[in-house]
Formats: sequence, C-alpha cells, structure tokens
Amino acid sequence: MDVDSLTAPMTISFDYTRSLGPVLSRFMSGLRARRVLGARTSDGRVHVPPLEYDPVTHEPVTDLVEVAPVGTVVSGTTGWALVRLDGADTALLHRAAAGVSTGVRVRIRWAAVRRGHITDIEGFEPGDVSGTSGVPQAPSEDVTGIVTPITLEYTHTTSPGEGRYLRALQEGRITGRRCPVCRKVYVPPRICPVDGVHTEEIVEVADHGTITTFCVVNVPFAGQRLTPPYVVAQVLLDGADIPIPHLVTGIDAAEVRMGMRVAASWRDPAEWSTTPENIAHFEPSGEPDAPYETYAEHL
Amino acid sequence: MSVAVVGFAQSIGSVDLVPVFQRALANAGLERREVDFWCSGSSDYVVGRAFSFVSAVDAIGASPPICESHVEMDAAWALYEAYVKILAGEAETALVYGFGAASAGDIRRILALQLDPYTVAPLWPDAVSIAALQARAAIDAGVLSDVDLSDESDWVAPPIRVNHCAPVPDGAAAVVLAATERARQLRERPAWITGFAHRIDPQGLGERDLTTVPSATAAAAEADVAGVEVAELHAPYLHQGLLLRRAMGLGAKTRVTRRPAPMFAAGLARIGTAAEEILTGRSTVTLGHATSGPALQQNLVCVMRAEP
Repeated sequence: MDVDSLTAPMTISFDYTRSLGPVLSRFMSGLRARRVLGARTSDGRVHVPPLEYDPVTHEPVTDLVEVAPVGTVVSGTTGWALVRLDGADTALLHRAAAGVSTGVRVRIRWAAVRRGHITDIEGFEPGDVSGTSGVPQAPSEDVTGIVTPITLEYTHTTSPGEGRYLRALQEGRITGRRCPVCRKVYVPPRICPVDGVHTEEIVEVADHGTITTFCVVNVPFAGQRLTPPYVVAQVLLDGADIPIPHLVTGIDAAEVRMGMRVAASWRDPAEWSTTPENIAHFEPSGEPDAPYETYAEHL
Repeated sequence: MSVAVVGFAQSIGSVDLVPVFQRALANAGLERREVDFWCSGSSDYVVGRAFSFVSAVDAIGASPPICESHVEMDAAWALYEAYVKILAGEAETALVYGFGAASAGDIRRILALQLDPYTVAPLWPDAVSIAALQARAAIDAGVLSDVDLSDESDWVAPPIRVNHCAPVPDGAAAVVLAATERARQLRERPAWITGFAHRIDPQGLGERDLTTVPSATAAAAEADVAGVEVAELHAPYLHQGLLLRRAMGLGAKTRVTRRPAPMFAAGLARIGTAAEEILTGRSTVTLGHATSGPALQQNLVCVMRAEP
C-alpha cells in the first residue's frame, strides 16, 4: 500500500426485511412448527427447500407435502452438508455437526425458539428417526415475512491522492490536484473525468468560495445530525474548478442563493482529524455576490 | 458482421484503471475518443464502496458524455453485452473492463450474498465450503478421484486445500472489441469471435447435480469448441477446472491454465489471454471461459479463431 494512503475499518449493516410468497410463507411457518414442507412439481418430484414455480410448466407451485426431519447426507464438508430428507428429491443445505459425511443418516436439530425462518433449523446431526410425521395441519397464522440482518466488515483504503488530501485537512489546509492536460483543479483529488488521467500537481485552494447551487433539506431521515430546515450547498472554493458539498448555516435558509460568497467555519484545531468535518459548516463571508459568469461553468 | 478482440491488458495487485485502459488501447492501436461503447463488470459489495462503478467512469474521461453500461457480474458478461451492441450495429468499437479489490473485505463471506436470500444466504455459508460440497460430491460420484486433488497443503474445507484455491488478488482487466472492417484496420491478425454463449444452472444448490456442469456443456456446444488448441478456463478451485474440462468436452490437446482470479475481472482476463494467443500468431483457435455464481452456476464460453 502507498505510504500516502489511509485505512480505516468500516462496517456496513442492514436488516433486510423480505415478504414471503404463498409457498415460502407456508414453508417458514412449517419450520416454526418443526415441520418441513416440500414443493411437489408436475413431474412428481418433491423439492426441499420448495420451489415457488414449476420448472417444467412454469405454473405457480401449490402442492406442498410434508417430508421427514431425517435424511441422508448427499455431500458434506466441515460444518456444512447437503441433505436429502426422506420424502424429498432434492437436497437442503444447512449447518452440520461433526461426523456428518456422505451417506450418513442425519436428523434436524431444531432451534429451541422458532420464529418462521431458515435458522429455525440449527443444523443436522447424526441420527435416524425413520418415517414421516403425517399430513401437515395448515398453520393458523402463517409467517408472512422474514428479517435477515446482513453485516459486512471492510478495511477502507483511500487512494494516495485522497490520503494526502485528508492529511492536509488535518493541518487545516484544503488541497486539490491539477490535471496535466486540461489544467483544471479537482477538490478532492480524483482522476480527471474529462481526460481520464491521474492528477498529480498538488494545489492549495482557499477556504472560501461561491455557492453554485444548493438545496434546503426539509425531510427528516435516520441518522440526521441537524434539525431541518437546513441548507446543503455546492461550494466552489477559490482556486478550484469543481465545487464541494457542505453545510451552510449562519443565515436563514430562505436567504441562501446562488452566487453567495461563503467562508469555512473551522472547528477548534484540537479536534482536527483527517476529515472534511474539520470544517463545521460554511457561512456568509459578507462579500458581494459573485457574478453568474464566474461559476456558470461549474453548475 | 463479425466481431474481433483487438486489444487486451490486465493488472494484478492494483485496480487503477488508468494504465490498464492506456495499455489496452495502445495494444489495439485505438484512441480513447474512438471507443464507441464502454461496458464494465464489478460489484460494490466486493470493494465495499457504494456506486464504485460510477467513480470508475472517471478513468474513461467521460466528458463530453460517452455511451456506457455496467453489469454486476464478471466483466466477461459485459463483453457479451458489448458484442451484442456491435452486432446490432450500435457501435463499431468497444472497451470492456472489470475490476475487483477483494482485499477490502472477507470475500468468502461476501459471496454468500449471491445465494438464495430466503433459505441459504441467512446461514452465511462461505464460498470455499460450498465449493467443497461440490468437490466432495464429485469424488463420491467417481467423477474425480482423490488423486486428482492430492496435495500436501493445509485443508481449507475438506476436500479443498489451500493450493486448490486460485489466488484472488486485487486486479483489473480490459478487452477492446471492433467490428469487421475496423478490426482489419487495427490488427493484422484479429481474434475473431466465432462462438459466444452463456448459460445458467438452477439457483438451488440441491436442485442440480453438482458433479456435472450443464450450463458449461450447453454454452460450449453453442459456441462450438471444435479444434480448440488453448482453453483459458476461469476455475476458482482446482476441481472446478477438471469438471469444466469434462463438461465442455475439451480434448487432451487442450491446454487448461489456472491463474490468479481477481473478482469480476478474472473471466474477462481469461478471454483476453486466449485472444492474445491468436493476436500474436501462437494459435489459431482458442477459448476463453468465465464462471459466476456459486459452484459453477453460470458459465460463459467465447471461442476465437484466426479466420472470421
């Protein structure tokens, strides 16, 4: 990694909420009742997990049949197995205990608390309880949706250009890079989107500039840090050829306008880090508005 | 109309697209502004950045506006889109690129998100374990032998060992396509695409026989692999190369190579490498293959020849 790059851990996380169609609704509801339902298709095959549409006729599947909570391992590796439950023609993937290998008879280990989710099955363990458990009862309250939390962890790495830009911010300086072809200055540094080349010459730009365009945020949303209404503006810093987005405060939202001159309001230097948040916001500088021609190219 | 590969470049260890584009275009003898259509393959989940394919467009130099598209798959499928675009007469030249920086996250976990979101993904099976279930099934069925997979390296997920896994470095690849006349102007010996097909097997891992690869068989049959001298297969695991070779009916004379496989660029790089065999005059019929999805679920075959 380049010495100029910065890295930071980053976790993204979201609870996916998925509605269930008629087939998966009955399948998940069945798991909650410690029953496994398979989908019987027009060729007579029973699919577990169930298919929602018949792969031969393409018609919706409506015939669900109960299969046994025991079966035979089709393939296995450490911690995982594909198991064909008795009465099914296809194999179900799930977690597997030690000793679960091809050909071994296994049974489902049910979760103590079940909610209508594939994790109602904890996994497979060696064991053979033969026979199916009969015709299923229609559950009175079918599960209609599942929630699946997804969490992924990354190490976010900046490009060398981004790294030097962020380090300069830590020192209270705003820097851009100039394209060797078109001579435009990009803040923050990026590959020149016009010429497709790396920008290399580092250029310090001013911490004040012109509002090229803006919006008034009136809509509340999760994670919002300011109370609406507030203004997010594109600020074309003096010496730069591309505006940066930032907050504009210190003025009534209704007074903000294109061409307004603004200056950065820096936080206490003791708080500075490698982030554009070192600038708390921009506020009017008191200069006369910039003529439209000076920023028309940057809209 | 015919379409040919006229340029190729790749990078291993870096996803900086600027030099990759420059080298691919120089290889094709084409100027950046002469590219009619740009098409890419990548995944935000791999690199952990929202809209990463949009920021990648900077490296194209997209002002004034260009014609551009993207697939959330290996860029070999973006190549297919560009191929169709040229056949449809909407472009004469195209540059196709793929990039992936798997080093940003835990790729074996991230790949669980391509599985069935109701009954499989919530269990978080890792990519190697799924491949191991396929390898074990192939051994048990007698399709592969333990000898095929004999090796002294450590287990990852039995029967898969460390040395069975193609490395997944960060990387990028770019392939330049051109239509009939343009291809002849650009290269003395273009790699003419004479067969190009992709197929997909069922999503459910327990729905299909993991020891055969029907989608690879069907794609190879449609692309016509007769006479192939060099086959560049995208096989993330050793056993998958063996299954693919069998499924595609590749003869004993076929060279099958295993190489580092950067996410979303590896399949495109296999096609580019197979094209180079023709561009440089080393071979007359070659095959580039790409796979996507768990346990060889999707397969793409591109056959190139010295004569259109």
